[in-house]
Amino acid sequence: MMIDIKEAQLDGAYKLIVAGEVDASSSIHLDNALSKALGEYKRILIDLSDLEYISSAGLGVFISYIDEIRAQGIELVLFGLKEKVQQVFQILGIHDLLTIEETEADALKHLNDA
Amino acid sequence: MTRKLTIPCSKSKLADIRTFVNDILMENHMPELESHKIVLAIDEVCANLIIHSNNCDPGERLELLVDFRKGDQVSFVIRDRGVSFDLSRYQEPSMDEIIASKRKGGLGLMLVKRIMDKIEFTTENNYNICRLIKKL
Repeated sequence: MMIDIKEAQLDGAYKLIVAGEVDASSSIHLDNALSKALGEYKRILIDLSDLEYISSAGLGVFISYIDEIRAQGIELVLFGLKEKVQQVFQILGIHDLLTIEETEADALKHLNDA
Repeated sequence: MTRKLTIPCSKSKLADIRTFVNDILMENHMPELESHKIVLAIDEVCANLIIHSNNCDPGERLELLVDFRKGDQVSFVIRDRGVSFDLSRYQEPSMDEIIASKRKGGLGLMLVKRIMDKIEFTTENNYNICRLIKKL
């Protein structure tokens, strides 16, 4: 399977684990999962440790919810990005529009400090 | 030496395109981060052509030719027979516009323009031809 999305309920936060490759054919799965999470939770972690690839279709999913995240006071933190994936966020400056932490511990700390 | 891949215009074939390009770049010892960006740029152009020019019609074909010249440049030619794209009329949206519009597209060509050194779209003998060059 090209994209694999799992979910987990942590103590006080919801976690989406997105693994594999997000491109124009698979980004719909990320969109559906993120849309559902944003409708139900206010504190969301996105674990991208096993994400090998993201194209503009995947970046576009995150961008399309930025207004909703801001308007609804949702705390959403991405973490675990591989360097090759991180650089894709950086090319368009999208890393400045989202909260990105290195590790899950950092991400949880960010949520708890927020 | 020029290498060629032909695929049907289906989004599910984008992974094949990425593997094809990545293999060629790896064979030529390109560093992983650099290679990843070039693979991304080609994936973006092909996705646009498959979706917008060919309406995801698997009966249509897309051809990709790759020419790697060590120490000089790697050039890509992508040919299809769909609706042609006029780069001269393309106006890059701002990130604020994209956020406000909540649309999920519009970022692909922005990435390609920042990664590649040259992009050109032409129409020749009923074929749309996109040429991309990355200097090494």
